[in-house]
Amino acid sequence: MTVTSDPPVQHAKRPSRLFKNLMAKLASIPMILTALVVFVGGTTWTVVYSFTGSRMLPKTNWVGFDQYERLWDSDRWIISIKNLGIYGSCSMILTLVIGFTLAACLDRKIRFESAFRTIFLYPFALSFVVTGLAWQWILNPDFGLQNVVRGWGWETFNFNPINDPDTVIFGLLIAGLWQGTGLIMCIMLAGLRGIDEDIWKAARVDGIGTVKTYVFVIIPMMRPVFVTSLVLIASGIIKLYDLVVAQTGGGPGLASEVPAKYVIEFMFRAQNLGQGFAASTMMLCSVVIILIPWAYLEFGGRKRA
Amino acid sequence: MTNLMKSLLVGTALTAVTATTAMADGVELEVTHWWTSGGEAAAVSKFAEAWNATGNTWVDGAIAGSGGTARPIIISRILGGDPMAATQLNHGRQAQELIEAGLLLDLTDVAEAGGWTDIVNPSSLLDACTLDGKIFCVPINIHSAQWIWLSHDAYENAGLEVPSDWNEFVASAGDLEAAGTLPLAMGQQGWQQSIAFGAITLAVAGLDAWKGVNVDKNADVARGPEYTAAFEAVASARALASESAVQDWNLATNMVITGQAGAQIMGDWAQGEFAVAEQVEGEDYSCLPGLGLNAVLDTGGDAFYFPVNDDPEITATQKELAALLISPEAQVSFNLAKGSLPVRGDIDMSAANGCMQKGLEILASGGVLPSADISFSADTQTQIEDLMAQFWTSDMSAAEAQASYADLIENAD
Repeated sequence: MTVTSDPPVQHAKRPSRLFKNLMAKLASIPMILTALVVFVGGTTWTVVYSFTGSRMLPKTNWVGFDQYERLWDSDRWIISIKNLGIYGSCSMILTLVIGFTLAACLDRKIRFESAFRTIFLYPFALSFVVTGLAWQWILNPDFGLQNVVRGWGWETFNFNPINDPDTVIFGLLIAGLWQGTGLIMCIMLAGLRGIDEDIWKAARVDGIGTVKTYVFVIIPMMRPVFVTSLVLIASGIIKLYDLVVAQTGGGPGLASEVPAKYVIEFMFRAQNLGQGFAASTMMLCSVVIILIPWAYLEFGGRKRA
Repeated sequence: MTNLMKSLLVGTALTAVTATTAMADGVELEVTHWWTSGGEAAAVSKFAEAWNATGNTWVDGAIAGSGGTARPIIISRILGGDPMAATQLNHGRQAQELIEAGLLLDLTDVAEAGGWTDIVNPSSLLDACTLDGKIFCVPINIHSAQWIWLSHDAYENAGLEVPSDWNEFVASAGDLEAAGTLPLAMGQQGWQQSIAFGAITLAVAGLDAWKGVNVDKNADVARGPEYTAAFEAVASARALASESAVQDWNLATNMVITGQAGAQIMGDWAQGEFAVAEQVEGEDYSCLPGLGLNAVLDTGGDAFYFPVNDDPEITATQKELAALLISPEAQVSFNLAKGSLPVRGDIDMSAANGCMQKGLEILASGGVLPSADISFSADTQTQIEDLMAQFWTSDMSAAEAQASYADLIENAD
């Protein structure tokens, strides 16, 4: 009797699980709906319509993979992809290196730390449009940096990255780094402050040098901070658009075009929605290709461990 | 950006509405356009004055930035069910899908009452407004792209005569360069390079070949010897402009005004810049339509479209506005302020300056071509602009560019 009477008690408890944290669940319904309707719904709709010959208005005249064939035949798209690759890899590495170095310097208990922190973080408060315009002027050979240095007497000084198709992407990179490293530095600094003082003491007792301690002890301990930074930088790279529009307009020629700009221009300026959708679907694919192995390593690996 | 612009626009409209509610009689029409530079704004105010004089109210919805910025905003407002009463667009293919979707007002009755078929010159402008025999827009003005602007200062400094056509210009370029002047100023943007390409092909390849490609979309002509010569001419023009490091067209025009550069190929809107710099045509600068070789001009330009509205009162007023925009008085005052050519040949434009007079003569003698806006879709135009941007800024060979161009023409629509 006592044995059979036990299960009903458990049964009665189970439904309450659904209503556990009811308020929290209710509160997250709008976000869940937004995610489903806007993100998943919008993405599916875009992918479906990338297989149509839609022009200014979305239409369902199916054309198969025509839009994709045209996309990969287009020089402009290839240039955009290459530019994103160069900008992305340089930006990823340099932001992490510079951000960490600055943070490590600030962490050495220097004077006026908060003043420096503010100065480094300030560019992040500016939008990409302002950043782009400011650096367009700074890099302008006639009244920017080149002119100033020549005015100091170095007559042969030559620094004109954004008017040369081969170097324009590095002109963008300078502006992007200037804007973005401050935030990464702050995140890194927070990570460094989270390291226990005892680790440093232990390293000192063992006679390990400062640089060695950073590289072999501190950095591996800051893994979560690095992952956060990586995601922030990567999302910034993929959506690179406004900086290009403000700083170079994609020029000279097509030398600083990026995929996001291709999408926008074909959807609206060229009034060819199908082509724009195909390009944005390819951007989604590239994100997925990078994200899935990473997610597998990150989350799948932990289960095994 | 679009949202911001929208809210700004709505804000402007609201302020305008509150400011004018006192005038209860007339109907308020919101008019969107992208005429925001000095001369352009002055021209729009002529329309606004004429319209307000009828007792109605012109609610100005200017959108800053070029057509490329404004068009998506305008189109998304029409598609999104928040149509303005009237809007500027370039006539031609841009609005075709909006018309097919039934979103734009049929103006055929206004056009018949006003006898537009008789007064609009050249008649191709009205054809560009027509779909299935119905008229959907009012042509406002004509802008042509085939002009070269020459700096007298630059030629005097080099001790040379000012050239009178493209061939003389190319011949003099070496001496100009020797005198330390950049021969050709060129803004490094696709649409400007595309304009220069169009003007040079028209001058070098000749009218028939040009029409074969731009009107009949015949890819064989684009692969033919006339176009080979044209592409080689463009490649040599590229060498003449290789030191030009400016982006915007008005900065390139400024190089011509200050004598830093010998010439610029740009549309007739460039004369606004010369006028602002108080330069005199024939003394400080020269303008050569058709690069001085083929005196023909294309007839691009602006037109007003009227999105369909549920309110019959607004629909009636929209038609009133349509009739007003093409009236002789409005045409004269608007086009004199803007420096563009009027769409009707029966009005007195004697107040126009030298370059406009040259254009008017060409119009009167019928040397007109359809513009790229009329013959190509926005999609094809973007592709051509991309190719030109690439061609002008790299060392792509003329033959390679010609092959890519012919492929584009083959798939053009």
